Amino acid sequence: MSQELCVITDEQIEVLLADLLENYGYDFTGYSKASIKRRILRLYSLDKQVSFAEFRYKINNDNFYFKRFVEQITVNVTEMFRDPGFFKTLRDVVLPNLGTYPFIRIWLAGCSTGEEAYSISIILKELNLLHKSLIYATDLNPVVLEKAAQSMFAMSQMKQYSENYILSGGTKDFSSYYTANYSLAKFSDELKSKIIFSTHNLVSDHSFNEFQLILCRNVLIYFDRDLQHKVLGLFDESLEGLGYLALGSKETLDFSPLSKNYKRIPAEKIWRKIS
Amino acid sequence: MEKCDALIIGGSAGSLDVLLKVLPGLDYTLSFPIIIVVHRKHGADSLLPELLSGKTGLIVKEIDEKEPILAGTIYVAPSDYHTLIEKDKSFSLDYSEKINYSRPAIDATFQTAAEVYQDKLVCLLLSGSNSDGVNGLISAKAWGGITAIQDPATAQVSYMPQQASIHAKIDYTLRIEDMAEFINLLS
Repeated sequence: MSQELCVITDEQIEVLLADLLENYGYDFTGYSKASIKRRILRLYSLDKQVSFAEFRYKINNDNFYFKRFVEQITVNVTEMFRDPGFFKTLRDVVLPNLGTYPFIRIWLAGCSTGEEAYSISIILKELNLLHKSLIYATDLNPVVLEKAAQSMFAMSQMKQYSENYILSGGTKDFSSYYTANYSLAKFSDELKSKIIFSTHNLVSDHSFNEFQLILCRNVLIYFDRDLQHKVLGLFDESLEGLGYLALGSKETLDFSPLSKNYKRIPAEKIWRKIS
Repeated sequence: MEKCDALIIGGSAGSLDVLLKVLPGLDYTLSFPIIIVVHRKHGADSLLPELLSGKTGLIVKEIDEKEPILAGTIYVAPSDYHTLIEKDKSFSLDYSEKINYSRPAIDATFQTAAEVYQDKLVCLLLSGSNSDGVNGLISAKAWGGITAIQDPATAQVSYMPQQASIHAKIDYTLRIEDMAEFINLLS
């Protein structure tokens, strides 16, 4: 991608974000500016747009292009068992602790195409907890949720995912969880049976349940500080006492006034709600 | 030379040795921040800042998201995220697609910094085996910044600075032993 001088100004970005809020109810105004601008410029050049006016018109009047726009400006890069050390702590500490509950409710916020939801499902199954668990996997973007619900991922990724799985403490044959179908690996229906995929917008939607574990990894990095505070408040509201909150490897609760009510699991970005 | 508000150093294969040689020669009173973006394997985190820290009296730290960028500090981009520069001179991290097979991508940091710091930005591209950073140098130049590369003849892997010299306008071509003085004079 070459962007020598920016073809879209900051003011034009603001115009687009205001359009999205007014016409579609999507609020991106609390997103980190550098990141969202990069995403928009990337799409502008990818789709060989020639003028800002035309680009703006299309987003506001072509529903199909609007969907593409939302899909492309949000980051949907994810993988199974990313940061194996994190998943090892889930397996060894967090989930066994929650295993003493009669029922385990998990919220995976910003689940994108579902790789983490299936990873958690695999661990729950191996701990013999899947039957009494429910994973609410949400994302603001319906297109990625459709993909997530298909439980199919690129075969070419399986070697990497299998390595991650083993590093995260998995001891089974990873390939036993999927059937190979040409270039795709289809994960078993059993893994999907306890996942509910649903749209939820962290910016504008409210708490919808109480959970014992909330995971939201590599989503807050795209939000400015004010929006981060707001979303952490939403998580706090949605988390039971002694429940766990898991963030991405470069995200933290430290700057939040809520942190005094939480105790961190050493070396991991996992906090337990203690009051 | 114009006053420098930020120096960004990008590098890939063969660049660590250069950093280890250059850092001991830096003044402890630099009036600008240094941001280091080097390709490395994911997982070997926190080792690089520690390693560099032993070579200088300046503060060396891995970047935290939303952290304000301060003068006299050496910031190291974390592995497996892109480091972006915000208008208010703070860092954003981004886990989007790899660029030039790289995350962090040098281009992402150079390009976002180019617009923020404009003619007060200095970008230095070191040894490396792909062309990450080249588009970023073109952006930096377009916004009035200063571009510099490691002299390809002194690079362990010359491809990256060479590509830069072909495709971007380069203001300074530096040998390793001249880099510390070049940086000190930016103050």
